[in-house]
Amino acid sequence: MDERKTPLLDELEKGDWPSFVTEIKRAAIKNKSAADLLAQLESSYEENIGHWKHGGIVGVKGYGGGVVGRYSDQPEKFPNIKEFHTIRVNQPAGFFYTTEKLRHLAEIWDKYGSGLYNLHGSTGDCILLGTTTENLQPCVDELAEIGFDLGGSGGALRTLSCCVGAARCEKACIDSMQIIHDLTLHYQDAIHRPAWPYKFKIKVSACPNDCAAASARSDLAIIGLWRDTIRIDADAVREAVNSGFDIFNRVIRKCPSEALEWNQEKKELTVCAEDCVHCMNCINMMPRAISIGSERGAALMIGGKAPVVKGAMLGWVLVPFIKLEAPYTELKEIIDKITDWWADHGKNRERISELIVRMGLANFLEAVGLKPLPQMVREPRSNPYIFWSAEEVEKRG
Amino acid sequence: MARTDFGPPDYREMVPPIIKENYGDWKYHTVPRPGVLKHVSHSGAVLHSVRVASPRLVSSDWIYDICDIAEKYCDGYLRFTTRNNVEFLVSDAAKLQPLIDELDDKDYLIGGVGLSISNVVHTQGWIHCKSAVTDASGITKSIMDEMTEYFTGKRKVPARLRIAVACCVNMCGACHCSDIAIVGIHRTVPRINDEMASRICEIPTTVASCPTGAIRPNPKLKSVEINPEKCMMCGNCTVVCPAIKIMDPVNDGVSIWVGGKVSNARTAPMFSRLAIPFIPNEPPRWSTVTDAVKNLVEVWVTNAREGERMGEWIGRIGWERFFKLADLPFTDKHIDDFTHAKTTFRSTTQFKF
Repeated sequence: MDERKTPLLDELEKGDWPSFVTEIKRAAIKNKSAADLLAQLESSYEENIGHWKHGGIVGVKGYGGGVVGRYSDQPEKFPNIKEFHTIRVNQPAGFFYTTEKLRHLAEIWDKYGSGLYNLHGSTGDCILLGTTTENLQPCVDELAEIGFDLGGSGGALRTLSCCVGAARCEKACIDSMQIIHDLTLHYQDAIHRPAWPYKFKIKVSACPNDCAAASARSDLAIIGLWRDTIRIDADAVREAVNSGFDIFNRVIRKCPSEALEWNQEKKELTVCAEDCVHCMNCINMMPRAISIGSERGAALMIGGKAPVVKGAMLGWVLVPFIKLEAPYTELKEIIDKITDWWADHGKNRERISELIVRMGLANFLEAVGLKPLPQMVREPRSNPYIFWSAEEVEKRG
Repeated sequence: MARTDFGPPDYREMVPPIIKENYGDWKYHTVPRPGVLKHVSHSGAVLHSVRVASPRLVSSDWIYDICDIAEKYCDGYLRFTTRNNVEFLVSDAAKLQPLIDELDDKDYLIGGVGLSISNVVHTQGWIHCKSAVTDASGITKSIMDEMTEYFTGKRKVPARLRIAVACCVNMCGACHCSDIAIVGIHRTVPRINDEMASRICEIPTTVASCPTGAIRPNPKLKSVEINPEKCMMCGNCTVVCPAIKIMDPVNDGVSIWVGGKVSNARTAPMFSRLAIPFIPNEPPRWSTVTDAVKNLVEVWVTNAREGERMGEWIGRIGWERFFKLADLPFTDKHIDDFTHAKTTFRSTTQFKF
């Protein structure tokens, strides 16, 4: 057992919420690198600063990414985390595991790494937290033997992730898990060999509740929806209201497009399909009485990202409706056109949305062969400085 | 050479038989008790999912523990949620209560479903990131110790509330669209090691990396110089040029943002907006941050209508009333001066006093 004291971190073992410090300590009983990690973290808590060096490229055979180099800036003091690299393991769609699979994974990581994990990382990968350069290759080889492949890193298509979708949700308009599994297999080269200006993320949420936070944090968000009309079970509505559900305040008043009408006398709910913007609120509030429409597909939202470099963006509508059935040929063609244009024109560390803002949305739409549609914008332009091409005007002199 | 490019395990081999049989055929769900989902299929099949909190950073022993439980009650099947909780998937209803009893006995926290404050989405922090300004795990643990009763359903909330912690302005993890976001920030201009920069940094790339044009070449030293007037401490230059250092343990700290959401329900997705520009790092318990979050949650719980997320509530009452109710000063730091600035100026006389 390690003798070093960690009075600051020990404070984080108190309280009801499960403690990551306890977890590091559990790993440290068996593993020296986990013990050094804890000791180095204690010094960060003392000094208010991190102790990891900038960069350092590591890799495994056949891959351009998937492992991230990490080195302590105090290797003399913490020799067991001198090298403490991350392995990003591509998670199964929907984060489903059999215990057999998880145990195998943990046994391999106990053999080659720190015995510490993030379940899961922000992008979706199962993160194996910390090993030496020497152990990377044998670890990845053994993971491959039990069917775990690497995820993405660097200027690549990053590991795809999604909500639980049709596996366990009645609101699923598309099969989010199948879509990301199919795209992941199709785009293995783009995931494993970084060839782009910066990262590119694809996430899938099977309905507009967007449980995968796709529109906020993926360059291409695929959001399931329907384009006909919600289905209302009149008896179930009546039952809910009769048992005290406040349909007026929770549903009717909250409908953002005033598409719902409530007849208090007859206790009857009706919807004007053309007015509905499929926001999900009525379905969320009355899951037994109201359900998603029948003509299902997805909207594609482009450009979501966090602040670096030119400010955060929420994805905006690129394709209002696309049918999504395997093998997703049309979707893949759109993805290829987007990433080709971006690879051609993007500067180093420029995300797709920043490039679109720099080059103009209209130019981007032309490049990817999509017609401008009112759904793409909140409102049309208000300034008169319009670009006209030579072909659009009469020749003069 | 080992095989490559075969992708993740096929999810069809990872899901329990009840999910295989009812895939895409679920009819509705209810929440019979906090932390438990009951999904009913058109076929009549019933699946219970029991959700428990995870620290996200876990050990192999923790994995073996949850595997033991899943083997005892769930035929060896489990999943994780997008907010890092664990879900035990129970297809035999007779095993539900015994599972809950065992989880209670072992002090797992059951909750995080529906109307609750679920687990925090957070980043790596000092534990394993080179650009961390703070420790995301430590802040998360400190906040959730205070929020546990909102997670388990003992205390009620008007709508769901999503908390995120990012250890720097890169904001890995959709911090910018969370009901409450804690973000590590810098407040001092980066320092350049000119000798090192002349050796290892590509000068044009470094100059181009600055979103405000604050960096220009310094030909005499074969390095760059930063105009402090223009620098907004984003740290992008430090990523492309390791000779530029921005870490400042005395002046770095965290900021708190409110009112973001990603769901399209009722209102469109929203960005989180600045509530508190700066709080110093206070490890190990970050008590000022924790108190600020508690205050924000309590003000919202007290004042919001049923069904109103933080941003929807603020949208109704207005930011001017929000700052008053939350007892927070509104300062020059709250006024945007970057790419979205123009969209935030109020061009109407509709406001409150």
